[in-house]
Amino acid sequence: MSILMGADDVRRAIARIAHEIVERDGDPTRIALVGIRSRGDLLATRLRAAVLANEGVQLPLGILDITLYRDDLTRVASAPIVRTTEIGFPVDDRIVVLVDDVLFTGRTIRAAMDALVDYGRPTAIRLAVLVDRGHRELPIRADHVGKNVPTQPRDDVRVHLREVDGRDEVELVTTEVPA
Amino acid sequence: MRWQRRHVLSTEDWSRDEIELVLEQATAMLEVLARPIRRTPALRGRTVVLFFAEASTRTRMSFELAAKSLSADTSIITASGSSVEKGETLYDTVRTLQALGAEIIVLRHSASGAPYFVAERVSASVINAGDGWHAHPTQGLLDALTLRGALGDLDGKRVAIVGDILHSRVARSDVHTLVPLGARVVLCGPPTLVPSAWRGGSVPDGVAYEPDVDRALADADAVIALRLQRERQEAGLLPSLREYRSTWGITEERAARLRPGVPILHPGPMNEGVEIDASVAHGPRSLVERQVTNGVAVRMALLYLLATAGAGTEQAGDAAASPASPAEVPA
Repeated sequence: MSILMGADDVRRAIARIAHEIVERDGDPTRIALVGIRSRGDLLATRLRAAVLANEGVQLPLGILDITLYRDDLTRVASAPIVRTTEIGFPVDDRIVVLVDDVLFTGRTIRAAMDALVDYGRPTAIRLAVLVDRGHRELPIRADHVGKNVPTQPRDDVRVHLREVDGRDEVELVTTEVPA
Repeated sequence: MRWQRRHVLSTEDWSRDEIELVLEQATAMLEVLARPIRRTPALRGRTVVLFFAEASTRTRMSFELAAKSLSADTSIITASGSSVEKGETLYDTVRTLQALGAEIIVLRHSASGAPYFVAERVSASVINAGDGWHAHPTQGLLDALTLRGALGDLDGKRVAIVGDILHSRVARSDVHTLVPLGARVVLCGPPTLVPSAWRGGSVPDGVAYEPDVDRALADADAVIALRLQRERQEAGLLPSLREYRSTWGITEERAARLRPGVPILHPGPMNEGVEIDASVAHGPRSLVERQVTNGVAVRMALLYLLATAGAGTEQAGDAAASPASPAEVPA
């Protein structure tokens, strides 16, 4: 097991992404943040606070649960719990920044985009992630990345956030292939 | 907790955790029903057959909307206009439905126990949409969701159920759903329309029988009025509908004497002016419309849980998902 990011790394990554998001589109009043449960919602909340501190603009914030859009529901052994989605603003004509903790296969993001367009027609959908660990199975890439990390497919990237885990840390847990 | 059941036949043997899980999932489904596009792809390609061997409008429509909101394919079969009219047995009909690919069969039947008979003989999941006098589990769950929305935690709350208890599968399913959630149910109705054992005092835990409607209502936190089936009068169980209204009806006067904020529910269809006055049914205390919406959400939750549980053999969170949240997709 190794530490990929400590608390300061997480803090700096969020601060940088908060600047990048606004820089990219110039006009922060067109931007909305939507965090993907669970932990993407926490990161989105932090990004919103950072943008408010930097720009004085409170971005609309939504929380998305993608369970009903998963592509593996016919393959799981027991029903994953569906959590409530909370998107209390019209997404039409906004630049929606999806926020998640780890980008891996891309399947979560595919599901999130399908869910999001059921709420309306955003001008654009962008993607911000704390960690990109590679091994995409779909043609998806992130617009804003906290840290790129080379991993093996069998590895496990664990994001801990102080709101739920008591500390900010990203770990890489490697699994030995049995001989 | 993990959902384990293959059928929903009655909530009588359910744990509190199971009821809580369904209510939690139904709450998430309510948000889906409030979206501009009320449809998610969760049950795409799955087949739900609604087999209604007994008349129903709202329950059938509710299940149909629930299935469609999850993108399931639905077929509706009613007794009239199907081979049931030609004398086909229940067993043969459901075997045919299964052979045609039904994965979930929603069954309403006038015979108590019919869904159990079917569940034992098919590989499809069976949801009881009302069987005889026995059970109507989705009604019990939607009433619980509605009462939770109005009252919050049901622990210690007094729910008065007024009307024809004897013939009411709704009353039985309400008892079997509300009592595990901590509510105390007070049953109230004409002695001829209450099971004699319950009148005699041998009621289940958490349930009381109160013969005086005004006493039952005086300290109620919520009231559920039951539909009076008019044929009960012909059977000699009631003197007249007018007398029923004045003795047992939730009239405007009785509703006015309820404590402030006490909600009134009714499973529908209502006989306005018999068991409930029209002004009460459509008044500020009425949660009847809320019940209809909640009914769709509860049925979505059950269809989702049944269609997904045991569909495959992979663990819900495979090795790539974060162990802190085992039900997530690999990011």
